[in-house]
This record gives sequence, C-alpha cells and structure tokens, in this order.
Amino acid sequence: MKTLIAATVFVLLFGAQASRAQESPYMVTYDHYLEEPGNLEVEYFSTFGTQRGGNPFVADWMEFEYGVKAWWTTEFYIDGQSTFSDSTLLTGFRWENRFRLLQHEHFINPVFYMEYEQINDADKILKEVEGHDVESDNAEPNALARRDLNHELELKLLLSKTFNGWNFAVNPLFTKNLLPSEPWEFGYAIGASRPLSLNASANACNFCRENFIAGLDLYGGLGDTESFGLHDTSHYLAPVAAWNLPSGWTVRLSPGFGLNDNSHQVLLRWGLSYEFAGFGQHISSLWGKRQ
Amino acid sequence: MRRNTIWIRTSVSLLFAVCGFLVPASAQNVGNAPATDHFDYAELTKAPAKARARKNPQEGNTEAALVGRKLFMQHCAECHGATADGGKKAPSLLVDQVQQATPGALFWLLTNGVVRRGMPVWSKLPEPQRWAIVIYIKTLGPPASRDAGAK
Repeated sequence: MKTLIAATVFVLLFGAQASRAQESPYMVTYDHYLEEPGNLEVEYFSTFGTQRGGNPFVADWMEFEYGVKAWWTTEFYIDGQSTFSDSTLLTGFRWENRFRLLQHEHFINPVFYMEYEQINDADKILKEVEGHDVESDNAEPNALARRDLNHELELKLLLSKTFNGWNFAVNPLFTKNLLPSEPWEFGYAIGASRPLSLNASANACNFCRENFIAGLDLYGGLGDTESFGLHDTSHYLAPVAAWNLPSGWTVRLSPGFGLNDNSHQVLLRWGLSYEFAGFGQHISSLWGKRQ
Repeated sequence: MRRNTIWIRTSVSLLFAVCGFLVPASAQNVGNAPATDHFDYAELTKAPAKARARKNPQEGNTEAALVGRKLFMQHCAECHGATADGGKKAPSLLVDQVQQATPGALFWLLTNGVVRRGMPVWSKLPEPQRWAIVIYIKTLGPPASRDAGAK
C-alpha cells in the first residue's frame, strides 16, 4: 500500500505535466465543459461564512476531478469545516459524475450530473443550496450536528451555452435523502461569465487579460415536494473571478451575499487548483498497460 | 430502521454499479487509435457545408500564427504532440486530410470536438483563439512538402 501511494505521489510530482486549463470561475454553477480525458485536477476550496445566532465558520473541501472520457468526468470530494469557538471536523465525502449527453455543440448543451453524498449535518461548504436550507440550520453546535449522517442522491441537469465569449449556464437541482420518508428537494444555480479578453497574446504571460475570467453565480433553494416554492428558502448572489496561470494553476475568488433574511449575510469563497495532464496514462504505465 | 438501511445500501450499490458498468465499457477505446487511422479524420468530412465555407477572419494576420502556436502548445500538444505529428492519444495533424481541409472545417472540429473518440469540445476557447489555432495548424503543412523544403 505504501508503495502504491509513493508511486502515485511520484507520478503526480514528476511524471505528469501541468496542463494549462481554461477553467471556469464558477463556485456553484456548472457549465457543460468536462475535464480533458486522462487529466486530473486537484482543487482546494474554502468558504468563510458569517452566522447570525452562531459563530462564523470556515468550511474547506478538496476535489479530485478526473476526465475518464471526453463525455464523462468523475470527481471525489472530501469536506470539512471549522467553526470559531467550537471545533474542527471532517464532515463527509461526495462522489460526483457528469455525463455529456450530446456529441456536438448545440444551441443548449445538456450534461447529466449525478452525485452521491455521505455527509453529516455539520457540513457547511454550501456547494449547493437546496430545499428549505436556511442560515439557522448551520447554527447548531458541531457536537450535535455531526451525529446526523445523511446519505443523499443529487441530480442536476447542467444546461450551458457559450456565445461570443460569454458563457451562460442554468442548473436545476433535485436532491433526495435516501431515507424513503424524506421528500425530494429542489434548487437552482445560474451563472454567466466571460474572459476579460477574447484575444490571446503570442507570449505566455501571467497577467494577460485573457487569463482572467469574471462572472456571476446566483443560486438558492426552491422547496421540496411537500412544500414547493420560495418561502423559507435562502438565495445568494456572488461575483466570481478566476485567474488561469500558464503554469497550470488556477486561482478563484468569490464574495457571495445573501439575498434574504434566511441567507448567510456573507459567504467569502476562494480556491486553488492544479491540473495534471496525462495523469491516467502515467498511472496505467505503472502497471505496464498498453499505451 | 433496518428497512432504511437496506434502502440506502441498495441505492448506493445501484449508483456504483451504473458507474462501474460504464468504466470497462468505455475503456475499450481509450486513446489507442493509431496516428494514421483514417477513421480519425472522418469527422472532418461531417462538418456542415456552411461551416466548411467559413473564412478565417484572421487570415493574413502574421501575429495570429504565433498566438496559435502558443495556444496549440498549451491545449493541443499534450495529445497531438509538440510537432503535431500525432501521439498516443490523438492523430497527426500533418496529414493531407487535415492540411487540405478548409479552415472552416478545422474550426468546426475544434469547436465540436470528437467526443466519442476522446477529443474534448473546445468552444470554451473564444473564437479568435480557435481561429488562431487553425492558422497555426495550416502553417505546419504535410510531411512531404516540409521534407522537400528541407532538401
């Protein structure tokens, strides 16, 4: 086992090349672009949230995103959080799969999203807002919240279009706690973004305008099958920005603001990611598979 | 309680089974296509007539080829090779099928990808950048003409 881990780390550090990706700036919304096949993107994100009736928190998560095929991306998440004057803990994991449904580009490009989550009630990454999620849900002390473990299935339809450099994406969301007694919950995420320049410069540069993408995330809950609608739901508007460096690193920043009294007033998010090109090939070569 | 546990286990098992089924099914043609396989180029002929007829708006722009080279190295060389002569995952771009294709057809292919053969869609690159890549690819020429030029 130690050999396997050491070999994987070695490949990550020395075998795989960096890939200069054109990553979207969204923190919550998904566009229809999947990971390039064989590439592994390792991402770290953090959310600082204010909390009325409780202590502010910092929720962190790691994502390991791998392009299995050009039409299929799989992703594994590990979530955790630290609440001020309370405690720090891991809150669970998620396994996400995205499948491109159409071969070519169309007026609207649909991608089917399917995720299994095993997280407890102390999870605060707010990667999506659904059902009747409200700010007060996160005020419970960690020691109590961590006792409730949830198994959830989350489905999304990612609809996205890029036109004249602008990307527009709409993601309706459907979540089911796998306990039969729990209702389906609904939510949405809408995003728009554009690079600061559509033209590229001839030289590799860190601060060229085309390396920066800016946009907006708008997301929130829409109730559940027992009580559909906007009442007792929370909603957020968040400017987003990404800086894609030629070295393969991407930095993201997003200050989010609650749009009603049920929402956290501020959610400040940031993230750092690095894409390893040809990761799958290098791993295969460790086992001597045909290339 | 026991019923709930069984329900959860069944649901999770089904989810893993669906994805587990897809892995081996899709692994059959993971990037093993020979660089000269004609099937790799058939997609170019599928470009609609309107797309094939599109003119490159950056034609004649000498700077565009340099931009295209940079973008090619960043996004394409990983699979097609740094000299575009093909790699383990993608075919050569120096062959006649590519070099004689219209700029519009190459732009269409770059935009739409060949998803089932492993080439991603590149519509996330803005149009001027995709046209610059097309210009660069066209400057490479077929192997025969480059060899003749070298002599």
